[in-house]
Amino acid sequence: MKISLGPLLYFWPKEKVFEFYQKVAQSSIPVVYLGEAVCTRRRQLKFKDYLELATMLKQAGKEVIISTLALLETPSEFTELKRQIETCGFEIEANDLAGVHVAKEAHIPFTCGTSINNYNLASLMKMHQWGMKRFVVPVELSKDWLSKVIVSNGGTLPFEVEVFGHGHVPLAHSARCFTARHKGIAKDNCETVCIKYPKGLLTQTQEEQPLLRLNGIQTQAAACTDLSDDIEDMKAMGITHFRISPSSMRSIELAERLIKGEAIEKPLNPCNGYWKGEAGMELA
Amino acid sequence: MELLCPAGNLAALKTAFNAGADAVYLGLKDDTNARSFAGLNFSPKKLQQAISIAKQMGKQIFLTINTFPKPTEEHRWYQAVDMAADLGADALIVADLSLLDYAHSKHPQLPLHLSVQASATNLGALTLYKEEFNIERAVLPRVLSMKQVRDLANISPVDLEVFAFGSLCIMAEGRCHLSSYVTGQSPNTGGSCSPAQHVRWEEKGDKQSTLLNNVLIDSSSKDEQMGYPVVCKGRYQTEEQEDPEFILESPTSLNTLSLLPELGKAGIASLKIEGRQRSPAYVEQVTRVWRNAIDTYMASPESYQCRNEWNAALAKVSEGQTTTLGAYERSWQ
Repeated sequence: MKISLGPLLYFWPKEKVFEFYQKVAQSSIPVVYLGEAVCTRRRQLKFKDYLELATMLKQAGKEVIISTLALLETPSEFTELKRQIETCGFEIEANDLAGVHVAKEAHIPFTCGTSINNYNLASLMKMHQWGMKRFVVPVELSKDWLSKVIVSNGGTLPFEVEVFGHGHVPLAHSARCFTARHKGIAKDNCETVCIKYPKGLLTQTQEEQPLLRLNGIQTQAAACTDLSDDIEDMKAMGITHFRISPSSMRSIELAERLIKGEAIEKPLNPCNGYWKGEAGMELA
Repeated sequence: MELLCPAGNLAALKTAFNAGADAVYLGLKDDTNARSFAGLNFSPKKLQQAISIAKQMGKQIFLTINTFPKPTEEHRWYQAVDMAADLGADALIVADLSLLDYAHSKHPQLPLHLSVQASATNLGALTLYKEEFNIERAVLPRVLSMKQVRDLANISPVDLEVFAFGSLCIMAEGRCHLSSYVTGQSPNTGGSCSPAQHVRWEEKGDKQSTLLNNVLIDSSSKDEQMGYPVVCKGRYQTEEQEDPEFILESPTSLNTLSLLPELGKAGIASLKIEGRQRSPAYVEQVTRVWRNAIDTYMASPESYQCRNEWNAALAKVSEGQTTTLGAYERSWQ
């Protein structure tokens, strides 16, 4: 099983992003996803900057996949997505059916990201027929659910399977920017204020129970998913990739430890409920 | 413009048709649809009755099969599709790829509407669904501004249906896991958001609270009216702010009466009223107002004005007794 690094879902300054991926290039992480998957207003890095980083990572021997936008709202966003997929020269992670459509038409192999609703074998086989080479299991599905999908095809699947193994899972996307709203400013004039929250903004109940992380238009789990104890199980099931969703420079060290087969430090507020078939926020 | 109304039972269905609905959408009494609540929805026999009533009245029935088939249980969803075709439903509302594929190949004559749970917001996604499964119509998620709806309608390869009134989902539908994060059940998997068995209302001293699977969603004084506890409409603190606020959205309903002319000009095919879980009284009130508004608009599009009495009638059946234009209005975003 390979350890992969998911796309950076937060908005960081350009220098920090470059520093991060330069470190990734020097690491032993074999699979790297990168690109803006959350909000087109985030323009610290232009698409050509991502391509520069992608090329650098590829030269360092990584398998590089360009992650694409999850929520498209304007015709120009679709035109831009199409241009990016057709010209980037890399495989892509589709996070919306728009990306699937473009990759399918252009015969570019693609990965289906977590925000695409692949809940059963027949849907996955359809995607595979269209060019899907790997799918990232939707975050709310359990080990049992996935096992049934695999078993129903005779125990193996004709494409790779990636599990969101570590980090704050994305739970929802909205037209509304919750970070801007919290700061009392309009989305159209947001000044990309989310740059002030490199791990999102923690939201908790009135009993101070951590609940959500606001990441612009994306809402994430406040608890950090940690399925590192289940890696052996996952290997036995035939899962090919374990995704770490980066939240700081330390995510790179964490990946290195898992690659070496070492235990990792538990997050402060861990959860694994989805994988165990319970409420996502639970720790089973 | 079609007026499409919800029905959770035969009484609501008849009420909707009598009050002026052109078509009604409904679901079966199981988890094949995203409003799977106890005491709600239609058995096969009731569905047959519903279709027969609709045919007599010259109206239409759309069957909602918009959850995602569970591995090893897929046959239940396929059976629902076959039954709708056999009984003569006028269209299916579907989200799952494999189910669209099945319905399209097995019953090519049966019109397919892409459910809002498929979360299609753009030309690429709509083109894919049109080319592969020949969908006739797509229901748009409540994430586009009015301008974005208009722009998409200009280039869409299929008819578009929009939400006109009702409870407001503020997330891209079909991709929201807030409910399953807290309760383990989501519209996609279990067939409902914030299922009632996880909901608790509590009173202590002069305070009242709502909890969802023991997670505190809101707390207030007893004289304040509180909404049904869904995660997106809770009152929370942040790491920067101790005073609790509705961080995502407050309890409110969507009401687009004032946008009717713009939706008409954009060529929107159907206006959807949310609320299969609501009472026949709600269905009647809302359907009457919208029938009146659409007829007024159609009679004289240029002079249409949204009437205060319509808004007042709708506010009475709205969550928190307030309404919003939601994402249609840029400033809401």
